[in-house]
Amino acid sequence: MKVNCLICKICKYEYEVSPKYVCEMCFGPLEVKYNWEYIRKNISIEKISKGPKSIWRYIDLLPLESDYEIDLQSGFTPLVRAKNLGEYLGLDNLWIKNDSLNPTFSFKDRVVSIASNKAKEFGLTTLACASTGNLAGSVAAHGAKGGLETVVFIPKNLEKEKIISAGVYNPKIVTIDGTYDDVNRICTILAEEKEGWAFANINMRPFYSEGSKTLGYEIVEQLGWEAPDNIICPGGSGSLFTKVWKGISEFEKLGFIKNTNTKMHIAQAEGCSPIINAIDNNSDFIEPVIPETIAKSIAIGNPADGLNSVNLVNKTNGTGTSVSENEIIQGIRLLAETEGIFTETAGGVVIASLIKLSRQNKLPSDEKTVCLITGNGLKTPDVVSNIKTFDIDSKSSNLDEILSKV
Amino acid sequence: MSVLINVPTPLRTITKDRTVEVDGSTLAECINNLEEKFNGIKKRLINDEGEINKFINFYINGDDVRHSKGLETEIEPGSSIDIVPAMAGG
Repeated sequence: MKVNCLICKICKYEYEVSPKYVCEMCFGPLEVKYNWEYIRKNISIEKISKGPKSIWRYIDLLPLESDYEIDLQSGFTPLVRAKNLGEYLGLDNLWIKNDSLNPTFSFKDRVVSIASNKAKEFGLTTLACASTGNLAGSVAAHGAKGGLETVVFIPKNLEKEKIISAGVYNPKIVTIDGTYDDVNRICTILAEEKEGWAFANINMRPFYSEGSKTLGYEIVEQLGWEAPDNIICPGGSGSLFTKVWKGISEFEKLGFIKNTNTKMHIAQAEGCSPIINAIDNNSDFIEPVIPETIAKSIAIGNPADGLNSVNLVNKTNGTGTSVSENEIIQGIRLLAETEGIFTETAGGVVIASLIKLSRQNKLPSDEKTVCLITGNGLKTPDVVSNIKTFDIDSKSSNLDEILSKV
Repeated sequence: MSVLINVPTPLRTITKDRTVEVDGSTLAECINNLEEKFNGIKKRLINDEGEINKFINFYINGDDVRHSKGLETEIEPGSSIDIVPAMAGG
């Protein structure tokens, strides 16, 4: 067995493996406790290299005991050298990890791959989530592929593109007239009541969150079994941020890489930056905020892994940066115009943060810096919808006029 | 009309039921009344410094008390209090 038990991160109380996420003793978060002796016997760089071109090449490090049934071939997305963007910013070694190319166009496919398969292992029949949009899309698609009943809960004011890109798979969509944090409150209460329901990011959270480690694994593998010097990652709940680093440190633990010194940089929108506020104030608690930003996918005012994220920034000598709404849009445009990659607002936050950090000379130009682009631009097209066009009348035969437009 | 508390699973070993009625005009008073009914429950909710357990969110009629006056947030009769584990979401 790969997984020994669930363990409370705070008081270390242990529980049987089950759809459980909170410690009954102290309310702390539960995490998966792996059987490393078993894992070491079964894993090697050679085995990984021969695996499928998806997250499943890392199956030996993921918390499933049986073979995965639901497979949309998530992950193993391109890691591209951003030569043009790097030149513009004076950075010689800049990379983009393009998770906008996942099956449902965001990194959430990684975590839902785990949650949906683990739900099947537990014999649960309904897959659900509280979502800012991308998770709903991934849960709906995996539910469809896996033959599970699917229910997604979203804020009512979500971008229509996100509603469509979840709705097309035919889940039940429940909207809550409020913020993501309101959705989360209601779903957390429901998760206690609905038997047979797997809430991907609530009662399945210890397993779900492990899927994000695969981003860390892939970056290392794609850099030729080397950890980068800097990773810039958007901060929503903080789960992705902390688990990407966990992936890198697990590869070090296994001896696949050595002497890693990756600095973890977290990026948020000024309109929702509880994690950055705590970093700036040197605080050991997160003051929740009420989000107000176009970066809706990371508009989580009360981030579950906020404190863990602050600790990780401090531990790795990283940074926390917040960016304005205009800077987010400029970030989306700059990435598209230099590298041909169209990202959503959360990606704009990352690029805007990259720009700020490079102008503050916090990213040495020869260091390997990787930016995580977590979602596709077609999910939030309105923010860049003022497109200039040159228009020619269909009946025109005035050559001078036609030429003037071209 | 009292105040209704929605009790999360980890505390139902103490309260048995998933909803409990209490009296109080602030959150602190309601928690004290809850402690009178179920001895030992308060220390799971409030730490030794008298602060809310950082892994718990308290909502009064859907509003997070940290956006209001914390433990001193006033409560009208007929209101609902949700005690919700903070470790979820996103």
